Amino acid sequence: MNKVRSAWLWMQRNLFSTWYNTLLTLLCIWFLVQGGWGLLHWALSLAQWSVISVNLRLLLVGRFPIAELWRVWIGLGLIVAVASLSWGVVQRFNRQVLLTIALALFVSGLLAIGLKVDSTSLLWILAMGGTTVIGYWGGRRLPSLLSPPQLNRYLPSLWFVTFIVVIWLLSGGLGIAPVPSRLWNGLLLTLLMAALSIVLSFPLGVLLALGRRSDLPIIRTLSVLYIEVIRGLPLIGVLFMAQVMLPLVLPAQLELDSVVRAIAGLTFFSAAYLAENVRGGLQSVPKGQTEAAQVLGLNSGLILGLVVLPQALRAVIPAIVGQFIGLFKDTSLLSIVGLVELTGIARSILSQPDFLGRYTEVYLAIGLIYFMFCYLISLASQRLEQQLGH
Amino acid sequence: MVTEYMDLKSHNRRLSPRLWRLGGQAIVLLLVGYIALYCGLNLTINLQRLNLPFGFDFLKTQAGFGIGEAPIPYRPTDLYARALWVGLLNSLRVMGVGLVLTTIIGIAVGIARLSTNWLVRHLALMYVEILRNTPLLLQLLFWYFAVFLALPKVEKQIQWPGSIFLNNQGIQIPWLQATPAIRVWGGCLVLGCGLAILLWKRQTLYLLEQGNPSHLKTWPLGAITCSILIASLWTQQLPAMLSTPKLIAGQVTGGLSLSSEFATLLVGLTLYTAAFIAEIVRAGITSVNRGQREAAQALGLKPRTTMRLVIFPQALRVIVPPLTSQYLNLAKNSSLAIAIGYPDIYAVASTTFNQTGRAVEVLLLLMATYLTISLLISLLMNLYNRSIQLVER
Repeated sequence: MNKVRSAWLWMQRNLFSTWYNTLLTLLCIWFLVQGGWGLLHWALSLAQWSVISVNLRLLLVGRFPIAELWRVWIGLGLIVAVASLSWGVVQRFNRQVLLTIALALFVSGLLAIGLKVDSTSLLWILAMGGTTVIGYWGGRRLPSLLSPPQLNRYLPSLWFVTFIVVIWLLSGGLGIAPVPSRLWNGLLLTLLMAALSIVLSFPLGVLLALGRRSDLPIIRTLSVLYIEVIRGLPLIGVLFMAQVMLPLVLPAQLELDSVVRAIAGLTFFSAAYLAENVRGGLQSVPKGQTEAAQVLGLNSGLILGLVVLPQALRAVIPAIVGQFIGLFKDTSLLSIVGLVELTGIARSILSQPDFLGRYTEVYLAIGLIYFMFCYLISLASQRLEQQLGH
Repeated sequence: MVTEYMDLKSHNRRLSPRLWRLGGQAIVLLLVGYIALYCGLNLTINLQRLNLPFGFDFLKTQAGFGIGEAPIPYRPTDLYARALWVGLLNSLRVMGVGLVLTTIIGIAVGIARLSTNWLVRHLALMYVEILRNTPLLLQLLFWYFAVFLALPKVEKQIQWPGSIFLNNQGIQIPWLQATPAIRVWGGCLVLGCGLAILLWKRQTLYLLEQGNPSHLKTWPLGAITCSILIASLWTQQLPAMLSTPKLIAGQVTGGLSLSSEFATLLVGLTLYTAAFIAEIVRAGITSVNRGQREAAQALGLKPRTTMRLVIFPQALRVIVPPLTSQYLNLAKNSSLAIAIGYPDIYAVASTTFNQTGRAVEVLLLLMATYLTISLLISLLMNLYNRSIQLVER
């Protein structure tokens, strides 16, 4: 009885406090019921979800050779392991995390059954779940074995090594069969392009930011010019420049494939934005830090490398994560310059004769994939921000 | 002795950084120059190989391609220059309307995010999260293929109240249509307003001299009323008529017809940018000190008046700088029009490149266009920003 009463009170306070709030609430309910009912009706009776289940592999890894798919799985496993390890190190014990992992496993299992995934992939998914739990547990135990400063030093290097190993696994060479980059499609290509370009643009962006803050007129002018010109152009223009102009300004015998050109375009683009973010971080470092380091007798290179940059980069981690999310979404533009990433593969699926006109299903499905990644990354970044804030 | 040594040392210290500075800059300059030279040399060789001498003469040749919608008359026999001009006008059209609409929706959603109504607050949150976390290109494709092209044919079109028609050819809405009298009306109004400003200045001067506040607004308002009266008596006509779309023999005539492509681009860009603006507005409003609201309430101001006169002007100072960058994003993102076939400047330039192969010239034109637009928007917004900043005395 008490609960009913408190629920009623809550509703009175939050939904029906004044006449216009009541009106708004009713309007929202009408809208939700109409929209929700329409969507449910469409999703359960009119939509043909077979377009997704038939093409699931195409959406995720594109035309990556089936015999070599284990490499993708192992690469994913590595990333999952390192991610859960770092999560375990950074996160204080929290029942929520375990619950989230369990929920994610449950949902992916349900999806796998719903989309009629073969048993091999099911086993792989289970293995990923196991890796997550072991990685998280390992991350929780690690601080008792190693001291936190050491951990903080090792984690970024661990990520870097993982990154290189994953690239090697995907591209082949050095003992395993090479896979040409035109066979990298779908979500795989999307993730790869976003990760590669943010990593490659990092050094360039930091250099540009330092150049813009420098008191040397020539270096400052060049940096400002680069940053402002790139930021004034739409990404599609920069990608066009990379696709068309790069072959023109390089010797004719040097042929770059379109994935490399696209990475170059994305890198040039995101370096300008990264530079602005890093500049914000540099400005946030108090002047006293530099002066104190000067008093200690450090030269300007050491001051930058040991005192200013570490603090500046630490301050801009959230902004860089935000930029990564933007870049992840922006990779969809690569479909306009002819790359078959997630949006591009959606277009080719829609041209299959069996699934002509199934726009809504396909676009909703890949929209969900984009949304999940962006939302998860932004959640993780919010957590990271809280941790850094303490 | 000691001081001399110190002087010498500090002198050395001062000298070597200066050498470093000059040397470092020279090295960077040399490096950049070398890269530029290397690229330029390759470019000349490659362009010679492709037999494409540099120059903008191609703009004066016949374009030979049609453009789906043009605000000024355009035929495929027109020149490339005119085709690009049409593209630029199309871009500006979508940017202009988009900026206004996205500001309105963004502010509304931003305020809804802070509503006391739980349902409204969470619906706004849902809107922001979904729109912000999916790519704009995907949203545009969705709007185009799954919504606007999936609308029923003209015969079975959806009719919304207020004569708004939705069909697979686009949207038709009522619009004002100018009558021949518009010139007379325009002339009279310009004269009237000019007179009103003069009178208002004179009255203000009068007020300062005499200290008599009466009739400050009467004379200027009278001037404007007179001009309206003269115009209506002269022309016996309204300056513009409301034209509503009508379905006659399977075709919609009258009103303003927005093509599916334009409508898609407008809706997609507007809603996407509004989600970002909503977050900026929310952050701006929450940044205003609580005490301000409480003080306004204590003075007896209503919530709406508090918002309009106390909270919003202060929030605006926080809102405008990030808002500028969202405006710039909208302008730049309008280039995604090419994905849905709306002939904006980028799409027309791209067609031009495909037909002529003039990569460098087309790229330079595009860069100049977008940089000019970006510069103009940031200039205007910076001026506005300066006008609303707190004036420190």
